[in-house]
Amino acid sequence: MTTATGHEGKTRGFAAATRLIAEREVKTFLRSKGFWIGLAVTVIGLFAMSILPTVLGGGQTKVAAVGAKAAEVLVGTDLEVRTVGDLSAAQDLVRSEEVEAAVVPDASGSGVRVVALNDPPTEVVAALRTAPPVDLLDASEVGQGQRQLVIMVFSLIFLLFGMGGTAIAQSTVTEKQTRIVEILVSTVPVRALLAGKIAGHVLLTIGQILVIAVAAPIALRLGGHSDLLALVAPALGWFVPFLVLGFVLLASMWAVTGSLVSRQEDLGSSMGLVVMLVLGPYFAVMFFADNASVLTVLSFVPFSSAIAMPVRMFAGQASAWEALASLGLLAGTAVLTVLLASRIYSGSLLHTGGKLALRKAWAREE
Amino acid sequence: MLTVTSIGRSFGDLQVLDGVSFEVRPGRMTGFLGANGSGKTTTMRIVLGVLAAHSGTVTWRGSPVTGAVRQRFGYMPEERGLYPKMGVAEQIAWLGQLHGLDQATAKRNTERLLDQLELGHRGKDKLEELSLGNQQRAQIAAALVHDPVMLILDEPFSGLDPIAVETVLGVLRERAANGVPVLFSSHQLSVVERLCDDVVIISGGKIAASGARDELRARYGTTRFELVVASDAGWVRDVPGVRVVDVDGPRAVFELDGRPDADRAVLEAALRRGTVRSFTPVVPTLDEIFMEAI
Repeated sequence: MTTATGHEGKTRGFAAATRLIAEREVKTFLRSKGFWIGLAVTVIGLFAMSILPTVLGGGQTKVAAVGAKAAEVLVGTDLEVRTVGDLSAAQDLVRSEEVEAAVVPDASGSGVRVVALNDPPTEVVAALRTAPPVDLLDASEVGQGQRQLVIMVFSLIFLLFGMGGTAIAQSTVTEKQTRIVEILVSTVPVRALLAGKIAGHVLLTIGQILVIAVAAPIALRLGGHSDLLALVAPALGWFVPFLVLGFVLLASMWAVTGSLVSRQEDLGSSMGLVVMLVLGPYFAVMFFADNASVLTVLSFVPFSSAIAMPVRMFAGQASAWEALASLGLLAGTAVLTVLLASRIYSGSLLHTGGKLALRKAWAREE
Repeated sequence: MLTVTSIGRSFGDLQVLDGVSFEVRPGRMTGFLGANGSGKTTTMRIVLGVLAAHSGTVTWRGSPVTGAVRQRFGYMPEERGLYPKMGVAEQIAWLGQLHGLDQATAKRNTERLLDQLELGHRGKDKLEELSLGNQQRAQIAAALVHDPVMLILDEPFSGLDPIAVETVLGVLRERAANGVPVLFSSHQLSVVERLCDDVVIISGGKIAASGARDELRARYGTTRFELVVASDAGWVRDVPGVRVVDVDGPRAVFELDGRPDADRAVLEAALRRGTVRSFTPVVPTLDEIFMEAI
């Protein structure tokens, strides 16, 4: 851009304007209580999830054992064994609920029987059952349980940040509602306004991801899940870029959502589509986690690929080129969406009154 | 100088502006007059690039107004707007930076302006904590912070108490005196009358009249006079070329037709009849020009 006025003084270029807008956006959110409360709740929740089960669960299940045979079958199980002298002593411990069950001698086939209070103690019975050895022909590197956990955590984080984009919509509506938008539009290009908003919120999101990335290992270690941590860490490497690009994609849509209405109260009416695009991938990945072919498709579809591809990478179901291709696809979609969004944004930003239809906003660019 | 040439704009089937042309000259306060819905705000938005014109051009010093040029303009929109939850000084300085100032200059200008507008002590407060009148002053500071080369203010005085009007006026006059063209709209004719050097009157999307205030007054009002004599002034009715507007005892208000020296003929006739207490051309108020022009 050149100054055609011949007047002394500088002109704000696109990049500088974008930076200023982003800066203000970040500052505003860092100052809002809601932002810090949200982040605190997330971090506290993370700690609670990984530490509380260990603390409240009270560790291992306790059983009483009577006789040599009982002690023998309990060797190698994950139960805490208390050896007692006779059946009545064991029954006393069960009644006083000091132990969950007692394993006592029996004349039948296995040589032991289990004594419990109200319900059959499934955990103890399962520990005593001798399962036949299994040979897996196509063994997965990670267990089913761990995979489920990763899917759940990734989906939740995606949901959290995806919905966090509401902040962009709200910030846009605030500018429309207070009419400062007219000053902004007459000063900097609308595209810089949109770019600054997206950039600011992407930075905020990356910041929050970093906080969680630092807090999560600490929480997991405190909760005694170091093994899980070692497992999840490499998957995070893929998840972070996918999450950031996925957020850019959603961020531009959130901005459009905000630009279509004129008042905070009306935001609900324009949010539907984006909320669907956040919830859809979340549910799709959760439901089809065990359907390899659907998950493969989901891992390439932008939006859901942000969760599905890192999950597949984690489970060793996809190769690096697939992840890169999907990442490229996501990046391309994000760029395209930002471009489309900037046109709709320009068309709708100065509209006041009721909700503006997308089609009209598209046609209004002038 | 800002030149607006044959601007046209419609919304749907409704033609809102039709061949609007006028100039805003450097160093002059130009009042933009019009009734509600006459096209004032639409015109200003087009000049600011907030809205596109369907025809016509806006030029600044002879070249089309580009985004870079507009960045040096100062704008106060009709519907006021700043960030309610942001500090007053902080957001004004931020807007200054957005307009191209470096951080230090933006800060310095903000402080100076807020002091000038008697808002210096409220700089740290959030905008929403200010009274409406003070929010308005902040809004004016926001339009001036980057030392604009051109000022466009939509109804800058509405919502201000008389003292605030004087304060704001002082600030605007200072800018105009430094050679900045100032265009401001108003529906309060008395305000414009007192403040502006030039007037542009718009009606139904068309320019009804424009030019220097005094010229307009002359153009619209040379033929009306007021005569006060010692006795009854009823005889004025009989002077050729005179159309009486009102006679009330010794006082007569009349208009003259085009014949030369008609005013002199009336005055001489009056002097012949006795004492003349006053004989003055009646300069119309903008109100009257406005009513006549639209």
